[in-house]
Amino acid sequence: MTETCSFTIDGQEVTAASGTSVLNAASASGIYIPHLCNHPDLKPTGSCRLCFVSIDGGKPRMACREPVKDGISVATSNAVIQRMRVQVMELLIADHYMDCLACAAAHDCELLKISAYLGMRPNQLTRLGKTERNLPVDGSNPFFQFDPNKCVLCGICVRTCDEIVGLRAIGYIHWGDKTVIGAAGNRPFAESICESCGECVERCPVGALAPKTPAIPAREVQSTCVYCGVGCGIHVGVRGDTVVSVSGDRDRETNSGSLCVKGRFGFRFINHPDRLTRPLVRKNGELKESNWDVALDLIAEKFRKSKGRFAALASAKCTNEENYLIQKFVRVAMRTNNIDHCARL
Amino acid sequence: MAQFRGRTIDPKAAAEIEALLGLRPRRRDLLIEYLHLIQDKYRQISAAHIVALAAAMKLPVVEVFEVASFYHHFQVVWSEAKAPEITVRVCNSIACAMQGATALYEELHRLERAGVHIEQVPCIGRCEQAPAVVVGTNPIPAATVTKVQACLDANQTRIEPQPWISYQDYLDDGGYRLLRDCHGGRHTPESIIAILKQSGLRGLGGAGFPAGMKWEILRKQQSPRLLAVNIDEGEPGTFKDRHYLERDPQRFLEGALIAAWAIEAPAIYIYLRDEYAGCRQILEQELANLKKNPPVALPEIHLRRGAGAYICGEESAMIESIEGKRGMPRLRPPYVAEVGLFGRPTLEHNMETLYWVRDLIEKGPDWFLSQGRNGRKGLRSFSVSGRVRKPGMYQAPAGITVRELIDEYCGGMTPGHEFYAYFPGGASGGILPASLGEIPLDFDTLNTYGCFIGSAAVIVLSTEDSVREAALNAMRFFRDESCGQCTPCRVGTSKAVTLMSRKTWDHNLLEDLARVMADASICGLGQAAPNALRCAMKYFPQEFADDR
Repeated sequence: MTETCSFTIDGQEVTAASGTSVLNAASASGIYIPHLCNHPDLKPTGSCRLCFVSIDGGKPRMACREPVKDGISVATSNAVIQRMRVQVMELLIADHYMDCLACAAAHDCELLKISAYLGMRPNQLTRLGKTERNLPVDGSNPFFQFDPNKCVLCGICVRTCDEIVGLRAIGYIHWGDKTVIGAAGNRPFAESICESCGECVERCPVGALAPKTPAIPAREVQSTCVYCGVGCGIHVGVRGDTVVSVSGDRDRETNSGSLCVKGRFGFRFINHPDRLTRPLVRKNGELKESNWDVALDLIAEKFRKSKGRFAALASAKCTNEENYLIQKFVRVAMRTNNIDHCARL
Repeated sequence: MAQFRGRTIDPKAAAEIEALLGLRPRRRDLLIEYLHLIQDKYRQISAAHIVALAAAMKLPVVEVFEVASFYHHFQVVWSEAKAPEITVRVCNSIACAMQGATALYEELHRLERAGVHIEQVPCIGRCEQAPAVVVGTNPIPAATVTKVQACLDANQTRIEPQPWISYQDYLDDGGYRLLRDCHGGRHTPESIIAILKQSGLRGLGGAGFPAGMKWEILRKQQSPRLLAVNIDEGEPGTFKDRHYLERDPQRFLEGALIAAWAIEAPAIYIYLRDEYAGCRQILEQELANLKKNPPVALPEIHLRRGAGAYICGEESAMIESIEGKRGMPRLRPPYVAEVGLFGRPTLEHNMETLYWVRDLIEKGPDWFLSQGRNGRKGLRSFSVSGRVRKPGMYQAPAGITVRELIDEYCGGMTPGHEFYAYFPGGASGGILPASLGEIPLDFDTLNTYGCFIGSAAVIVLSTEDSVREAALNAMRFFRDESCGQCTPCRVGTSKAVTLMSRKTWDHNLLEDLARVMADASICGLGQAAPNALRCAMKYFPQEFADDR
């Protein structure tokens, strides 16, 4: 059993496992503390300088780096903290290329959310001027693009690639106000070892890393990814009967929200006009659309004639149980050991 | 063109890296040392070499890029370009700028030709020689185009250190007797710490933390504990560490060895800024002499080379750099005394702090405390530059005023110049007007004025100079040297430079900007960056008369 700590945030009783940060404990209890660079999946860096809180009336501290303690009293804001947050936000906004109405992340942009939460006034959004960054957008990846001019350098993408994916395809390049996120040599993503899993895109708090064809679904359906036998939990976003997005199901133990490139971006086959929805039967060398009764009868008939002269290639798309069944079928019913699996190739 | 997909390694580059590394251990913390090997040999670091180095060290390619692209002294190039044979570095920080470094840089451009590259660089710690230029590693004091030209023509591109007090000279003068006494049981760590505490020795890198207390805290931490010596002297205006290193390098080493003994550190890491190529030669030689004929059983002593990044003078950034990483300051807690270098409790000291240890113990705290002026106690090493007749490093009583310093030590103002303003503690310590020239210069005395003494780098301005220009120069420096980790410093310094470059300053906006940098930045760089800006607005209203 993990030890727990009881304490209050803005007077509300909160319990959290010891070792949890004040920020993550607050989020888990539905209490919002503005932040950009923190993500519950990742180690905190404390670099965005937004999540200030006061503990027992003390000086502002970063909630992402403060461990919870029994009996502490956390205030998520006060006059000093509000001022600091607004000023840090002014800097972030003044250094962020804004095209909010056309931005893929507008619906869940943390900058918009924080700005609204803090009640930023129009002059605070403009008095420091616009960003002087004018760097090329990297659209080399087929599924997502990277706009360094929108990047707030929270580092979530870098930590995701390192701590969750374990690939370390991207990092920080240069220093100071010239720092950018990039692949080795600051070359296009497509030339890097990036596997396009999109874990970084999923976590980017602004529109810097965004899918190329973003679409907000009308509703989401819980499902299981069909690509392989792992069985990752997914939320399939649909508009009518068209799939427009896929995201990982964080509550599914199998994948805890993670997906690979296929599961996350490879959903267009579902509504693709070339997709086979009915069986094809070859007649006189030509494939003709048929129905399942005809097709299955034909298969059964050919199987019967092929005992001992047969081979099967099992698929990684099947579950272990299905793969077990096919080898059993091949050995017992088809009387041959000619069975192999695509994962061996 | 090198191709990273699949981590393709160029066999030629791989062979070159193997030849360079030889039998050296492929340890992560040595990454910066190995990048130096490449930079020194090829005068640039190509992508192919980075990929090969990453493979040799079993590191992700992007991680090596991250580190190489962080430091100013590494020329990272995508495709092999012809690297210049000689780089001429023209300092553009405050003291040099006041002596016409910008015009000098423009003029020097005439000398640029194939093989010679001229560039502007931040403070190289030769402020008393302003304007300072370095050809290769050869420094040219009071540089002119003629002098630089002569140097290039004669191919004098390597620094030749002046004679210094060698190991033998130092031994003959009673050096290392104290260390032997410590090891021989004639002193205890407690008695040494007591002396340091009585003498009131404080950290001389700028923060002024009481040294004795630091040692005491370290002794309470779990062993093994480490000692790290900070010689990343980069604060514009400061050159005291270089001054001592060029003359008496063994003295601080003895102090370091006493500290290592007191805290039972099995290893000492010395981090020297890369700009001090001459000091590196001296230290390498002196460390070899020391190891050849050690006065006591020595702990491991590692000399590490910076790579041109002011931020690595920040204690935790220096630790990151010694570990072979980008020099990003760490957030506290934990403090480096608890979790420092390689995760071990670490005693980190500025070189000069350790330089004083022997004298304090041999001569006693009373000797030190009897010095001082205007109610303050002890001695300080003032690096004085700017409009004084004799700029240089002066050991003067703590609490001396700038006017006393100028008149008694520096031979007065430069003829024809009238005292107008001064930076009491380098670019980060703020700027004060001549009317506040009677404040005792010491720790704590300047805080109420929005300033601090820091590393005691005094830059004197005359009525010929513009405080506004000097403040902008300081802010440019901080923008260029910010590590980029936290928002207030990264964006704040950049926006401040833009706003301060305008014809009129928006005082309210700049004050807001200064406030968020000071309050919300992670480390001292961002927190102190607006000091000069704030002082300029507060004490020099006459320079902004047209800004209404």
